[in-house]
Amino acid sequence: MPQKTYAGTTVDVDGNGYLTDFGQWTREIALEIAREEEIPELGDKHWQVIEYLQKNHKEGVPLSIRKVGKSGVVSIQELYDLFPGGPLKKATRIAGIPKPASCV
Amino acid sequence: MTHSEDKIKKVSIICAKGNIEDVYASLVLANGARMEGIEAAIFFTFFGLDAISKKRLKKLHTATVGNPSLRMPGGLPFPSLLGMIPGVEAGVSAMMKRQMEKLDIPPVDEFLEMFKAAGGKLYACKLAMDMFKLEKEDLYEGVDEVLTVGDFYQRSAGAQIIFT
Repeated sequence: MPQKTYAGTTVDVDGNGYLTDFGQWTREIALEIAREEEIPELGDKHWQVIEYLQKNHKEGVPLSIRKVGKSGVVSIQELYDLFPGGPLKKATRIAGIPKPASCV
Repeated sequence: MTHSEDKIKKVSIICAKGNIEDVYASLVLANGARMEGIEAAIFFTFFGLDAISKKRLKKLHTATVGNPSLRMPGGLPFPSLLGMIPGVEAGVSAMMKRQMEKLDIPPVDEFLEMFKAAGGKLYACKLAMDMFKLEKEDLYEGVDEVLTVGDFYQRSAGAQIIFT
């Protein structure tokens, strides 16, 4: 199992850099992953999306951009502005949850 | 892992058919590109214009006559004779739409909206518009421009062109 160090803690990651154990996630790790994804800071809206994604993951709800756009947390346009260049991929990686297997 | 020089940066998808499965192929490819951070545009031409025509976009069908890939639930080939009966084409198409909704795939109008919200571009082919006697007002409001084939090639500079 490959490992990476963020914010002084070593975590287990898969081949694409996604945390394999959500229990290892912390907000500091999220900030560092965000910087790796070229998002220099995480504002309130970013955290709202992250929390929404984590909540759905815990409840076993499959995620898609369509769902996030209809969630009331953000619009699709906002999502693309907050996490440019691959919004769901980046947001889930920052949130410490697996990459969603969705085509929409 | 792919090297960054191999990463696709831009796609230009041509949608030339109006069957529901062909239109969805274009939409999923285009929206999927945006989800990967790839710049994307769809160029609708000929029967593809149905997908962006206000009057047609909610009524796209799949062929039930002469469609060799169509199967009955259960796997037997779908007989064209059955497909000719009035109402069957609409019924089979409605079944397909219900299946897609169960998989969280949006209807065409919502899909176009999502694609535009994601920064995608929608273009209509001028030649096809003239052939079908359509005006820009007949098209979905999110269509960006009506282009000639030359314009399309210019906009597609640096892009991979995909014909569906």
